[in-house]
Amino acid sequence: MFNKLKIIAVLLFSIAMMYACSKNNGEIKPAEKVVTFTQPTNFPAPVYNFEDNKLTNAGFLLGKKLFYEARLSADKSVSCGSCHQQFAAFTQLDHKVSHGVNNCQGKRNTPPLFNLAWQKAYFWDGGVKNLETSPLNAITDACEMGTDIQQIIDFLKSTAPYPDLFKQAFGSTEINSQLILKSFAQFTGVLVSANSKYDQVMRKENGAFFSTAEQAGYNLFKQKCISCHPEPLFTDLTYRSNGLDVSGTDEGRATITGVSTDLGKFRVPTLRNIEYTSPYMHDGRFYSLDEVLEHYNSGVKSSINLDPVLKSGIPLSPTEKEQIKAFLKTLTDNEFIKNTLYSES
Amino acid sequence: MGSYAMCIHYELMLHGLFLLNQLIKMKLSKYFLALLCPIILLSACKKNNDEVIAETKGSFSMEFENQVNGNPLILNTSTYKNAKNEDFKISVFKYYVSNIKLSKADGSTYLIPESYFLIDASKDDSKNIALKDVPAGDYTKIEYTIGVDYARNFAGAQTGALDPINGMFWTWNSGYIFVKLEGTSPVSTAAGNALTFHIGGVVDPNNTIRTFSTEINAANPLRIRSDKKPNMHFMVNAAALFTGKTDVSFASLNFTMGGANSVIVANNYANGLFKLDHIHN
Repeated sequence: MFNKLKIIAVLLFSIAMMYACSKNNGEIKPAEKVVTFTQPTNFPAPVYNFEDNKLTNAGFLLGKKLFYEARLSADKSVSCGSCHQQFAAFTQLDHKVSHGVNNCQGKRNTPPLFNLAWQKAYFWDGGVKNLETSPLNAITDACEMGTDIQQIIDFLKSTAPYPDLFKQAFGSTEINSQLILKSFAQFTGVLVSANSKYDQVMRKENGAFFSTAEQAGYNLFKQKCISCHPEPLFTDLTYRSNGLDVSGTDEGRATITGVSTDLGKFRVPTLRNIEYTSPYMHDGRFYSLDEVLEHYNSGVKSSINLDPVLKSGIPLSPTEKEQIKAFLKTLTDNEFIKNTLYSES
Repeated sequence: MGSYAMCIHYELMLHGLFLLNQLIKMKLSKYFLALLCPIILLSACKKNNDEVIAETKGSFSMEFENQVNGNPLILNTSTYKNAKNEDFKISVFKYYVSNIKLSKADGSTYLIPESYFLIDASKDDSKNIALKDVPAGDYTKIEYTIGVDYARNFAGAQTGALDPINGMFWTWNSGYIFVKLEGTSPVSTAAGNALTFHIGGVVDPNNTIRTFSTEINAANPLRIRSDKKPNMHFMVNAAALFTGKTDVSFASLNFTMGGANSVIVANNYANGLFKLDHIHN
């Protein structure tokens, strides 16, 4: 009888141990959901694909942790996430230009981060040509993170839990620039915003439909805006001057190409999530959509390389402006803005 | 049954459906086919063995001796003169050698895969590069890119010689610095009399990719053998950046990071930077 009890006790104990073990295993892998990259049905094929950078939960989580790691910057005050805030569709709310280490003010407005896998070039001037090498710019810019990749490698090698996280993500505790950049890309490449009201209307999902004002705005948009901001990305990713100044101080695209016909041109920004990405333009000069629309209505200046389609501006009546604004707000993707998969912690 | 099916599979593969049909028509027994099967399998194995016999391969090395107009390059301390007779000193001298291609007298070529090397005057071990697994033969020509090919300039994160950690990657305007020379000249109008020559860029009109090519004396070709390690000795003249097509005055050109002025420098060094001095076979 005593023996039987002993056996049962041992059995119970071992079951308890097994349970504890499984619980521990669960804690090591906090992400239950498998992180995936999916091409939305109303989107073209992406430029960046994960063939040479296999997407895994561990790689994504490492990239996310690095994205929110302020200790990567020169004075340990600024992370990627400082200037790319999720609630602002990963731009920086209320900042005309990016605000980097040592309170340094950069010269351009922080671009939002989403649908990056569809871009062929990055930054306002298109200087960077690959998603994977994009973070190097912000890392090394004296007015952004003000550091260099070697310092970041040294920091990560000597700071727990990073060696373990690299091992989980890439199978080795080895930390080098390539793996750092690939993990960043696993996070930034997965940031896809394609579930706005507009998308649902286009995909005929959830019975979504435009209000009268939104539909009128969409019709106007297709007449007046779509040549530079085509669907579904709402940018044609070209470089154009929209006549902000007769002669601006920022050379824009010409900084990269050295060609005078590119002076003052900047990449056409996407209009997705525009409700949350204020202020607007490469230098963040406009705080509201009203100011932006009034610029096209009455403020276009004859810059040397002014885009031909803007020669006469875009005349808009007050009603038309309201209708276009109503449509632009259908490009807000609240699911993306609030998705905890992309949030810090 | 399994082996029979497998045999048919091989038959189909090796001799075609027609022969099989013929055999069946001839009412040959399964046993005959079963007997045939191992023979075919064996012959297939034999064929594979024939393919396994690899061509002979060997290795060689390329040594880069950095100079300035025939004098040894000594960083920071030695003073040199450019073609305009202006004094200058060099503190940094680094360059990429990539896509090394060897040619035989019969015109056949061999491109050494993944051949990307960064030679840094401040690092002795970077000046002698090892090339392995080259098909044996006598090579009479060598060519390579001074810099990095177009595709890699825009590729994803790289490692090895192309790791951005080497300070040869522009972070704000994607692409590699192909040749980097920094130093000082009393005539330079830049702060601290600095010379900053960062040559790179692959997009027209400011494409700076240049290819160096040289014939090898047919009497003493590069002899790649499995049991030899020949060494090619190149002289590298840092002053070639500043003469050749356009004599550069440091009073007017002392800073370039890509663009039209980088093209002037690249056109200068395209022919004068490297010279094959001799080969130890």
